[in-house]
Amino acid sequence: MSSQAHQVHPLSFYIKVWVMLFVLSTLSYFVDYFHVQDYLKWFLITVFGFMKAGLIVTYFMHVRFERLGLVYAILLPPLLLLTLIGILAVEGDYTLWIREVFFGAGGAATGGGH
Amino acid sequence: MAQQAESAELKAPKGLRGIVADWSSDETAFKVSWSKAMMWIFLLSDTFVFGSFLIGYMSVRMSTSEPWPNTAEVFALSLGGDPIPLLLIAIMTFILISSSGTMAIAVNYAYQGNKKMVFILMMLTCLFGLSFVGMQMFEWSKLLLDEGLRPWGFIPGSHFEGDAAQFGSIFFMVTGFHGLHVSIGVIYLAIVAFRARQGRYEKKGNYQIVEIAGLYWHFVDLVWVFIFAFFYLW
Repeated sequence: MSSQAHQVHPLSFYIKVWVMLFVLSTLSYFVDYFHVQDYLKWFLITVFGFMKAGLIVTYFMHVRFERLGLVYAILLPPLLLLTLIGILAVEGDYTLWIREVFFGAGGAATGGGH
Repeated sequence: MAQQAESAELKAPKGLRGIVADWSSDETAFKVSWSKAMMWIFLLSDTFVFGSFLIGYMSVRMSTSEPWPNTAEVFALSLGGDPIPLLLIAIMTFILISSSGTMAIAVNYAYQGNKKMVFILMMLTCLFGLSFVGMQMFEWSKLLLDEGLRPWGFIPGSHFEGDAAQFGSIFFMVTGFHGLHVSIGVIYLAIVAFRARQGRYEKKGNYQIVEIAGLYWHFVDLVWVFIFAFFYLW
């Protein structure tokens, strides 16, 4: 029952993480509020999101203080989701192409229609 | 050696009792208690559930040729004056982060065996969680009753247009599933908090269940980070 995970931290440790999460959330809210567009917007939102997720998993969930065997067992399997992202990105792209060809959205109408 | 293994097998109960004994035998893996390892495995499976939801949403967003509703406008909130884009969602985000903060501190006090602070901080976490669910109910009822959005589409004549049918189905499914997790988490945390106050964990000399409940709660916050980024802000 004795694992290294039972480290007691000073209160300021948690408050620091908390403040960082607040700042990152505010920044990602501002990305939307100030109408940052397209690639810069998506990039910033994703970066801020993953930074927040990293802070929560590392410090609040104490993964940093777990044994490496458990850390890999937790963090590696979700990478499989990348496969699903890849497959559905290809599929989504194809579906959009089919829709544009047959329903003629976006001006380049070639037959079909509603 | 073979005899030893045989006698161990004979000692273990058979039938239904055997199943219970085998599954609850305090076996450990990864050098942590079985209950913590089990919670991590559950959270891993839940990662795949929410991951699949969000990837399904990605596929819908990529394949739609109709305009997607502008979330900044849909989730705007007016405080007397002009509507402020996404205000309610921002408040919900800050509330959930705060609840994660109080939960982390509660776990810290649990390591020290301070049952009073564990109780207070976990109940504070529950309160944050309840207010989160309350705001979500407010948001749902606004969209359902005032704005005519439905999980399968939208009422003609409402201000929704374009691909709001898929928008509605994804919105209600993803936020509904997340809200269910928050609600279950509030009940779970309240039970653990009251047991801590009763001194049940003090008697056992083991507060680890607080840490395990905390893992679940942080996971709920973690999922919200991705819903906030990819559904509300994208």
